[in-house]
Amino acid sequence: MSDRISVAKTYKLYIGGKFPRSESGRVYPVTDAKGKFLANAAHASRKDVRDAVVAARKAFPGWSSATAYNRGQVLYRVAEVLEGRRDQFVAEVSASEGLAPKKAESIVDAAIDRWVWYAGWTDKIATVLGAANPVAGPYFSFTVPEPTGVVGVLAPQGSSLLGLVEVLAPVLATGSTAVVVSSAERPLPAITLSEVLATSDVPGGVANILTGHASELGSWLASHGDVNALDPTGATPADRPDLAREAANTVKRVLRVPEAEPDWTTAPDLTRLRRYLEAKTVWHPLGV
Amino acid sequence: MPVFEYAPAPESRAIANLKDHYKPFINGEFVDGSGEPLKTVNPATEEVLAEVGTASKSDVDTAVKAARKAYTGVWSKMPGTERAKYLFRIARLIQERSRELAVLESLDNGKPIKESRDSDVPTAAAHFFYHAGWADKLEYAGYGPSPKPLGVAGQIIPWNFPLLMLAWKIAPALATGNTVVLKPAETTPLTALVFAEICQQAELPPGVVNILPGAGDIGASIVEHGDIDKIAFTGSTEVGKAIQRQVAGTPKKLTLELGGKAANIVFEDAPLDQAIEGIVNGIFFNQGHVCCAGSRLLVQESVAEEVLEKLRYRVSTLRIGDPLDKNTDIGAINSAEQLAKIRGLVESGDAEGAERWTSPCPVPDRGFFFAPTVFANVHQSMRIAREEIFGPVLSVLTFRTPDEAVAKANNTPYGLSAGIWTEKGSRILWMANQLRAGVVWANTFNRFDPAAPFGGYQESGFGREGGRTGLEAYLDV
Repeated sequence: MSDRISVAKTYKLYIGGKFPRSESGRVYPVTDAKGKFLANAAHASRKDVRDAVVAARKAFPGWSSATAYNRGQVLYRVAEVLEGRRDQFVAEVSASEGLAPKKAESIVDAAIDRWVWYAGWTDKIATVLGAANPVAGPYFSFTVPEPTGVVGVLAPQGSSLLGLVEVLAPVLATGSTAVVVSSAERPLPAITLSEVLATSDVPGGVANILTGHASELGSWLASHGDVNALDPTGATPADRPDLAREAANTVKRVLRVPEAEPDWTTAPDLTRLRRYLEAKTVWHPLGV
Repeated sequence: MPVFEYAPAPESRAIANLKDHYKPFINGEFVDGSGEPLKTVNPATEEVLAEVGTASKSDVDTAVKAARKAYTGVWSKMPGTERAKYLFRIARLIQERSRELAVLESLDNGKPIKESRDSDVPTAAAHFFYHAGWADKLEYAGYGPSPKPLGVAGQIIPWNFPLLMLAWKIAPALATGNTVVLKPAETTPLTALVFAEICQQAELPPGVVNILPGAGDIGASIVEHGDIDKIAFTGSTEVGKAIQRQVAGTPKKLTLELGGKAANIVFEDAPLDQAIEGIVNGIFFNQGHVCCAGSRLLVQESVAEEVLEKLRYRVSTLRIGDPLDKNTDIGAINSAEQLAKIRGLVESGDAEGAERWTSPCPVPDRGFFFAPTVFANVHQSMRIAREEIFGPVLSVLTFRTPDEAVAKANNTPYGLSAGIWTEKGSRILWMANQLRAGVVWANTFNRFDPAAPFGGYQESGFGREGGRTGLEAYLDV
């Protein structure tokens, strides 16, 4: 008898570079697109959100002040590790999204390429979005883009990997740090991405990934005083106004997102990078 | 100390061409608004300057309809080169009428004529010149090959720089192809209505610019109007949050330019005499009614006594009084209400144990005035170190190391501006990197230019005004 029992995996959260269980002890079953049980995922709680924000804040000074060259290297390393685990992602995306293997392969390839695209932006953002300001006076004035801080991301519910990469990579490329709530029904590619991040030189806390429900966790991110920006993509259109109202109490940057989940395979542009940048203008007198 | 006697040198108020009545400007015409008329007063004398018709909710609707019609029918279709010419015309007309606008601004706002004449009005003209050039070059702005305007912009501006804030809002909106409905502040509507005359003189198509005087309720009507695509607000953080809540869940694009509590950081190696001038300008410019005012002075402990002594001496030479007098440094507080707020916060400074020093300068006994005030021994927990005072009141704190200066400067929910004074260039750049603020002035303060983006981090708002970055606020990108 050659049938061996496979080693089943216990899936956990990714907070501060570690893989804890949910503080709440809760889990929820994850099934494939046909309803077959795949695994139990950790069901993140409000406390997990707060822990993740603390980790993201702690990681912010180091990540935001790392050289752009270094950030680019680290992000490219993520793409390398993603590529190495391509087959696993294809299997998980295929199961999660109910896609034929060929289709899942092209999605995973697009996700890897997207990551490479953002990796290449880290040391170009300042050139493209910054400026020397020709002011009318004896001053040197320049404007540099800077990361906005800790970003709360409600990842898309449908696109479990490509959509996740498209919402997470620009946050990291700008030098901000992220607390992500993954797709609730399709969390496995997000958990595997956590493992990739943990083994790709991304400092602990820079990206934190929680499996759970945007409808439950979103408002804690939106109302948190130490979160600077919110991407409500993964929230339902009905929940978004409330999230935006809660975000207003701390003047958070809230992304304008389309009502329906966009087609993530279309070519990316600078929009998402710009959303996580503040423009800082510095003035200095000229003279001898 | 020697006191130099100056003969009074007031500008003639006749230059302002003040009228008894002003009216809202809708669809290219001055119309009787159906709101309750308001009386705008000269804060330096408490005299009524003019009666101003205000808009009602239905007038907001009329104005938005006019703006929509102008947007779809004329303005968005017009080639950028033609839009540019209108903006250039407006810029020139502001220059031509600059004396009139400056005197009118000082009458209505209370700011010294030397500031309205040398700063507000010329910078307003500069904003139209700068943005005029963008109107036909938007494909080069970095937002893709043909960035589109948003539509009708609702704009709400504050009373501290009435004409300048109007220019900051209207110039980029028009350059990018939007039409506007703008509400000036309740206490300072006059220059906005003269600007409306300028729009007529420039033969701007009707409806492209609409000016609706009124109070907060009219601002709220603009914010909630269903046919407005973009809201731009400059004002208090409290109102900004309310607007952000109100806009939540709508497709409206929003930019906010809110309050601040800027740190002006003086190191022991700073050129102290220059720093003193910068500190004075930082907090007493425009009576401290400046969102980016350097209201928290952080001085390195080793020079704190010396700086305070020089500062008190310099501040005691500031002349407070008639805003129309060319020798006046500090004019009137804009309203009785604002004066009461300043007094309340100053009292909290006394109560919490800060050491108050008030300039012994003579203060007019009529009008809303507040003598320049410096608090020493201020702690970070005090209200005067945390809350925006929006008046000529400076709080002085000390630090020992650059790290401590950064920590104290960033210890605020705001993040609009900061100042650094030191002779060491590498320290300036390091500090500028560390400070969480949208504008950092090194060995200078309060510099503004349409080519240089301005705006805040955190609770000082989002979006920028000026530069290429500022165009984003009015483009569908």
